[in-house]
Amino acid sequence: MPEGKASSPAAMNRTVVERKSDRELVVTRTFNAPAHIVFEAWSKPELFKRWWVPKSAGMSLVSCDMDVRTGGGYRFVFSHPAFDQPMAFFGTYKEVTPHKRIVWTNEESDQGAVTTVTFEENAGKTLVTFHELYPTTAALEEALAGSAEGLPEQFAQLDELLAGRS
Amino acid sequence: MVQYNEARLDATFAALSDATRRGVLEQLGRAEASITDLAEKFHMTLTGMKKHVGVLERAALVTTEKAGRVRTCRLGKRALEEEAAWIERHRQLWSARFDALDEIVEHLKSKEKTDARRKSK
Repeated sequence: MPEGKASSPAAMNRTVVERKSDRELVVTRTFNAPAHIVFEAWSKPELFKRWWVPKSAGMSLVSCDMDVRTGGGYRFVFSHPAFDQPMAFFGTYKEVTPHKRIVWTNEESDQGAVTTVTFEENAGKTLVTFHELYPTTAALEEALAGSAEGLPEQFAQLDELLAGRS
Repeated sequence: MVQYNEARLDATFAALSDATRRGVLEQLGRAEASITDLAEKFHMTLTGMKKHVGVLERAALVTTEKAGRVRTCRLGKRALEEEAAWIERHRQLWSARFDALDEIVEHLKSKEKTDARRKSK
């Protein structure tokens, strides 16, 4: 996998995943663009839906409603050949500071995380920090076990895709 | 091979079926600790904590080392593998996601440059 990726420009900027504590997941990555551009890609539904679900995931976003402003709401509906019915994720934007910070809740259950994403611009590049805080350790385990299921298979598909391109 | 894996999984699930043992693993994920420390932290007798650590040790989730009268506990090979595998799965998901975001960001950036050039002409 690393060999396949080395040729893409994206490989220069590493994605770092850390389990900061038993209730927190932190993902960081630097993008070669000013913060307002990264923020735009994150906050406009027509752009967001093009990257949030990796192509390899086999899932599709049936609908993607986002009202990215403080107090606004979001609702994503996913479908997958393996699901009996579509799955919906929804919540509220607690805080939106354009080009700097977005905080939202996940309200599918009372065990949902509070997510904070920050955009820090420095010399034309932007450090994105994605931080999820779960109410309990069990909630984190459950949410993340679900999201990571079947990933090896999905990433095999991604590998094929990348190999085909290079 | 299959049997070996199943036995190992059984031991792991049995070890993880108890809230105190899961707590001990979390604790050891942060720092190593002696059995005495763990017993105090979880309001337990030494004997009780020794039993829990024994179960975790048989599942290779914990290793212990005795120096003098103190037995120090650390995360074992199996727990570290689990942790590493967990991180790797999420790193793969987020790498794929952020690679896709990167493509869009690059596209927006070049579009902005073109628009700016057009305006200045």
